[in-house]
Amino acid sequence: MTLTITKIAEDLAAGRCSSREIMDDLLARIKAHSALNAFISVDEEAARKDAEAADRTRRAGGGVLAGVPIAHKDIFCTSGVKTTCGSRMLADFVPPYDATVVQKMKAAGCIMVGKTNMDEFAMGSSNETSFFGPVRNPWDHDRVPGGSSGGSAAAVAARLVPAATGTDTGGSIRQPAALCGITGLKPSYGRVSRYGLIAFASSLDQAGPMAQSAADCAHLLSAMAGFDERDATSLDVPVPDYAAALGKDLKGLRIGVVKEHFAQGVEPAVLDVLREALREYERQGAVLVDVSLPNSAHAVPCYYVLAPAEASSNLARYDGVRYGFRASEYRDLEDMYKKTRSEGFGPEVKRRIMIGTYALSAGYYDAYYLKALKLRRLIADDFARAFERCDVLAGPASPSTAFALGAKNTDPVSMYLNDIFTIPVNLAGLPALSMPAGFVGGLPVGMQLIGRYLDEARLLNVAHRFQEATDWHTRVPAGI
Amino acid sequence: MVACNGSTLHRISLLNAEDIEKVAHLARLGLSREEREAYAQDLSRILGLVSQMNAVPTDGVEPMTHPDEAGLRLRDDVASGEINRDRLLAIAPKTRDGLYLVPKVIE
Repeated sequence: MTLTITKIAEDLAAGRCSSREIMDDLLARIKAHSALNAFISVDEEAARKDAEAADRTRRAGGGVLAGVPIAHKDIFCTSGVKTTCGSRMLADFVPPYDATVVQKMKAAGCIMVGKTNMDEFAMGSSNETSFFGPVRNPWDHDRVPGGSSGGSAAAVAARLVPAATGTDTGGSIRQPAALCGITGLKPSYGRVSRYGLIAFASSLDQAGPMAQSAADCAHLLSAMAGFDERDATSLDVPVPDYAAALGKDLKGLRIGVVKEHFAQGVEPAVLDVLREALREYERQGAVLVDVSLPNSAHAVPCYYVLAPAEASSNLARYDGVRYGFRASEYRDLEDMYKKTRSEGFGPEVKRRIMIGTYALSAGYYDAYYLKALKLRRLIADDFARAFERCDVLAGPASPSTAFALGAKNTDPVSMYLNDIFTIPVNLAGLPALSMPAGFVGGLPVGMQLIGRYLDEARLLNVAHRFQEATDWHTRVPAGI
Repeated sequence: MVACNGSTLHRISLLNAEDIEKVAHLARLGLSREEREAYAQDLSRILGLVSQMNAVPTDGVEPMTHPDEAGLRLRDDVASGEINRDRLLAIAPKTRDGLYLVPKVIE
């Protein structure tokens, strides 16, 4: 069973099945594939009840997402439903409100199936930092699904849900989408509200859709995007009907091929797959243009100042006083803070809090934080220059296919370098997606497409046209 | 020198266990001696990676705090009343008489 949103909408409209039947089937699949550890929580009873309610209220013309099951990354606050952020710190946290994204998906008729596993506080590229254990890649259970939205990616890849939400601070939607062979979009910064999204690095965090195809992502983004006064950086701009904008041919489209992304350090077989994908675009009339992003080489160092700096500030709120975990024994207030935070956070989160604290501390601010902010400007300027000569940029989403569990989690720096192609995009605030472009050794390869600011419509169409001509996105792992 | 990603980098501010203790205190993290040693190594490696930034001249460059197009809006300072006090207190680890309970701060 590989139901897409589009197919579910057709089946529901034609009366071929009910939301309740689809939900029952998915819940059985989630159980059968529990070894993936893709979910942190599933409330079967609520999901079935909501599906029945959707069946009762569905009417003709009620919107394509009405009655469609969806999973939310466990970073989105869900009113009355446990939201852990993959951390012991929030292992029993039940938010008193819904994130705007959750509210909007509900309003569009989506039914929540459960909350997906993730790297702790979204800090990781392999889903191995989760307090609830690693997620396994459906293509090979001994490999990582990528991270931090690894649970969402694995759930969609194993067809446990047709769609899931994710968040992307340095690649956390696109890299797991690539490693699991699905389509995932990080919208422009400000396009989707961050209200109720547990904060990691506020100038970089952005929520987006993860699904089987660009067409499905288009439906999801239309429902997800839009101005929200409760998010101070939410953009008050019109949201296009992304699905309606699909289908335009690609004649004359200028695709920028990033020189630095087709270079040493990327698995050669991955580059072969991407070159073949570019040939498909040429067959459709697109023109390839060589472009350069010289400062992107320094994006990972820049990011590992800015993201931890923002995280160290954002995560200061976890003090054991207002919500979340509190240590059981302590001498005084300071001891309570220290024990609560030491026992509540895992090693990667502590690492980043300390890097951020160090970078912001007296005497180091200029050398680290200010330097990184200036470099961020240069990285963003490179993109602006590249987009003078092309309409989208193309390259790998990740330097390799999915790596083995445990292969990189002892060395933080080698883990960080997985995000070398995705991080520059967050620094610049641009929209980008990863879509399946082929396979190497039975593992999916993701192609990253990067767009101009707020140009998600074009990005989704460029991916959609590729998916109309190829079937990589319809492949499923053995046993699925 | 710190080896990183196959290349050798200019060494800046390698941290020792004592430095880690200071940073951990600022961040209100309590660490054991073994943890301090391990984090000293990890953070030194990460700072080695970060020091690659020094290869890029940035004099006169305007710092970029967030994507330009996303301006920061201000709103009127009015309570929304969306979430009430009881619901917020209900999720706190310890409360008494409608207040958060913490160890005594002032003797």
